[in-house]
Amino acid sequence: MNTTILLFLLQDGITNGAIYALLGLALVLVFAVTRVILIPQGEFVTYGALTYASLAAGRMPGTAKLAVVIGLAAFAFDLYAMRKTLHAPKIVRTFGLNVAFPVVVLLASMWAADQRMPAGVSLVLSLLIVASIGLSLYRIVFQPLAHTSVLVLLIASVGVHLALQGLGLLFFGAEGQRGPTLLNATATLGSLRFTGQGMAVYGITIAFIIGLWLFFGLTLYGKALRATAVNRLGARLVGIRTTLSGQIAFLLASTIGALSGILIVPITTLYYDTGFLIGLKGFIAAIIGGLISYPLTAVAAIVVGIVEAFSSFYASNFKEVIVFTLLIPVLLLRSLAAPAVEEEKD
Amino acid sequence: MRERWPLIIFAVIVAAIPFIPGVPPFWIVLLDNIGLSALVAMGLVLLTGVGGLTSFGQAAFVGFGAYTTALLSTQYGVSPWLTLPLSLLVSGLAAVLLGLVTVRLSGHYLPLGTLAWGLGLYYLFSKLAFLGRNDGISGIPPLSIGSLRMLDPGTIYFAIWAAVLISALLTMNLLDSRTGRAIRALRRGHIAAEAFGVYAPRAKLLVFIYAAVLAGLSGWLYAHFTRAVNPTPFGAQAGIEYLFVAVVGGAGYVWGGVLGAAIVVVLKEVLQSYLPLLLHGEGQLETIVFGILLVTLLQLAPTGLWPWLTARLPFKPAAKKPDTSIKLPARERAAAAPSVLLQVDNARKQFGGVVAVNNVSFDVQAREIVALIGPNGAGKSTTFNLITGVLPPTSGNISVLGKAVGNAPPQDVVKLGISRTFQHVKLVPDMTVLENVAIGAHLRGHSNALSSMFRLDRGDEAKLLAEAARQIERVGLGDQMHQLAGSLSLGQQRIVEIARALCVDPMLLLLDEPAAGLRHMEKQRLGALLRDLRAGGMSVLLVEHDMGFVMDLADRIVVLDFGTKIAEGTPAAIKTNPEVIKAYLGATA
Repeated sequence: MNTTILLFLLQDGITNGAIYALLGLALVLVFAVTRVILIPQGEFVTYGALTYASLAAGRMPGTAKLAVVIGLAAFAFDLYAMRKTLHAPKIVRTFGLNVAFPVVVLLASMWAADQRMPAGVSLVLSLLIVASIGLSLYRIVFQPLAHTSVLVLLIASVGVHLALQGLGLLFFGAEGQRGPTLLNATATLGSLRFTGQGMAVYGITIAFIIGLWLFFGLTLYGKALRATAVNRLGARLVGIRTTLSGQIAFLLASTIGALSGILIVPITTLYYDTGFLIGLKGFIAAIIGGLISYPLTAVAAIVVGIVEAFSSFYASNFKEVIVFTLLIPVLLLRSLAAPAVEEEKD
Repeated sequence: MRERWPLIIFAVIVAAIPFIPGVPPFWIVLLDNIGLSALVAMGLVLLTGVGGLTSFGQAAFVGFGAYTTALLSTQYGVSPWLTLPLSLLVSGLAAVLLGLVTVRLSGHYLPLGTLAWGLGLYYLFSKLAFLGRNDGISGIPPLSIGSLRMLDPGTIYFAIWAAVLISALLTMNLLDSRTGRAIRALRRGHIAAEAFGVYAPRAKLLVFIYAAVLAGLSGWLYAHFTRAVNPTPFGAQAGIEYLFVAVVGGAGYVWGGVLGAAIVVVLKEVLQSYLPLLLHGEGQLETIVFGILLVTLLQLAPTGLWPWLTARLPFKPAAKKPDTSIKLPARERAAAAPSVLLQVDNARKQFGGVVAVNNVSFDVQAREIVALIGPNGAGKSTTFNLITGVLPPTSGNISVLGKAVGNAPPQDVVKLGISRTFQHVKLVPDMTVLENVAIGAHLRGHSNALSSMFRLDRGDEAKLLAEAARQIERVGLGDQMHQLAGSLSLGQQRIVEIARALCVDPMLLLLDEPAAGLRHMEKQRLGALLRDLRAGGMSVLLVEHDMGFVMDLADRIVVLDFGTKIAEGTPAAIKTNPEVIKAYLGATA
């Protein structure tokens, strides 16, 4: 092997790793706040990517309609929950969030699909669509289950994954898609070529890590989220609306997922079911980070990306085997380092 | 035998179905698939619902079973009946290797760990040349007995359902035994189970292997049913679906696995054949509906359908009262018991910079009730944890009957004749009082998992249950014996914990706040019971905040404050000790 290949593989690994890091961060965030292991994170990735690619190609994505449908369902859930105390301002608020917002986005994307807008507009619209789906999903699936065990939440999460993946096939078909790049500039440094897209991946990942760090460290909402993560009941007792924390977590996770998808769809062809595998690699990073630590997750994600790049070069057949079994020594180390003594409560 | 009637009736119905005239052959295929899926789900019931270990990787074990027989019967011409034990062995060995890594993981790490190696194995199956890569292996010979070749779904039906029924019977036998109780106790955390001699990692590994062997059996049958295997049915999606089957049926119930399999297989079939007609759509419509139904079901019935059904049955199985005349051999006690039973010598426990127990020394003599008192945070419960091996001491010695305990784990400490209760009640709420108390007698039984599966443990089991029933009557809860432990009041649950501790036949009983939550009369009865135990030769060390109770009962009192022993003496002396008054009231009163 020569240095060129080595550097190239490293670069490739770091680019993929940065995406896994973004997803890992989102998974950690959602788990910490809601105890949901978010298997559908991968669907947020494909939805974001394929919505973006469809809009850019002038097609109307089905996800915009889905956002309206489950927004309506979420509105119905809200109405039912507050049937005893119907206050006009509350109804207006939930109507605005769950119905009016996705409808406006739907109309905007119908208009944009005809106009062939620049990539930036497609990007924003795709993010809004997927964010709205994520928000409503929390309301109709996970909020009613918030008091149950991690296992029940996990299975529900699997159910959502199945439904969303099936819908993905319905919306986007079995064909893979690619989207236009966000930045066309390229730069070369020695033998390495840096594409604008690659730089965008690094930049956005770093921005998100810093942003999350600031959000959790400095803002009241961030602190409320952390409080919910540590002790749900305690957070409620001091007046934090845990439902709101869950909504924020899902909003952030779906946005991050969609953004990751949009970042990679110009580089690799994405299919309706690719997201699951990408999400799982984010998972490996999140698990290595113990579902708790953000910096550790980011570092682990980079390692996963690099291992993947090298194993696809040396043993491409066994790439997935290697990446997934990477987890086992990590789990082993974790279990040796900290023998499980904590008591389970469910 | 009476409790077996439902199973026998079910077996007869199952055996009769193929002979009913007019049953479409297609139904038999569905029933075959239900049976195959039920076998895996049954393992998951034991693993996930009962043992609390969620596995997404069961499909991989089905794969081990299927590929083993596929490879051996096509490449080496081994008879399918000979490959059966080999298939089970390969699945079991894979489970030992993966289990050693996996079962020590706690909480959500475990399901994610299984998901990871499940996927890894799926990719391995699809890349290995000798397993035929993505094409798999075809031309697998059918099962045959003499000249009867089980080629069509109608004949292998009997093999599949015989396997299901036998497995269900063995699984139910296992759950209703000494080993079964240990497994059932694990889901609620292992500290309580370990305090009575259960080795939690070993019990978890056991259910892990058991579930994998059932999955392997399903794989073996599957290979000879379809007579071709490829990696697809052994992937992550399938693993998720098996878990789904168990949860739908009721993950805590053996028949929940069978019911769940029936519902899921039929539902999938209906969805696949009718949805496209209904919606004129293409693509995986059934997975969409499937996912939505799953979420709806979880929101409406999170414990699954089987318990929902059985709760609506008009008749309830009657609980049998154990025959209390059968006796377990008592612990061997030295003829002339040495006077010092427990010696705590300069015990110290530090958590980082915090000294929870600061060089505390005291002893407990034979036939003595010693109380350990002190304000909150004085280190009383930590001292208990040091004595019972839940926490290793930072320094100092603890010895029982002159033998140093050292860093012995709780399982070894209980063997020395020390048993305990917990400050925060640690019972299994969905087990009966009798079953909970019988866990206390765990070390006094000897039958293993295999003998319980084949009901060779009944003599041993009757003795354990008799002992448990006797101790429950002794503490005055005879009427609640068959109620679920979770349905009792907190005070009564504390008394159940005492009965469980008594089942050890201990020389020294450690009680952590036994009187908390008890009413006045109950406290008096508890006091009488403890005096009675002392008269019978037992020693008691108790932590308690009710001073009236302690002063009345204890022979000697040890007072801790901020981890340090500040006084020791008779109740009368402690009452007037200025240090003690200062610790409790903050100043010299």
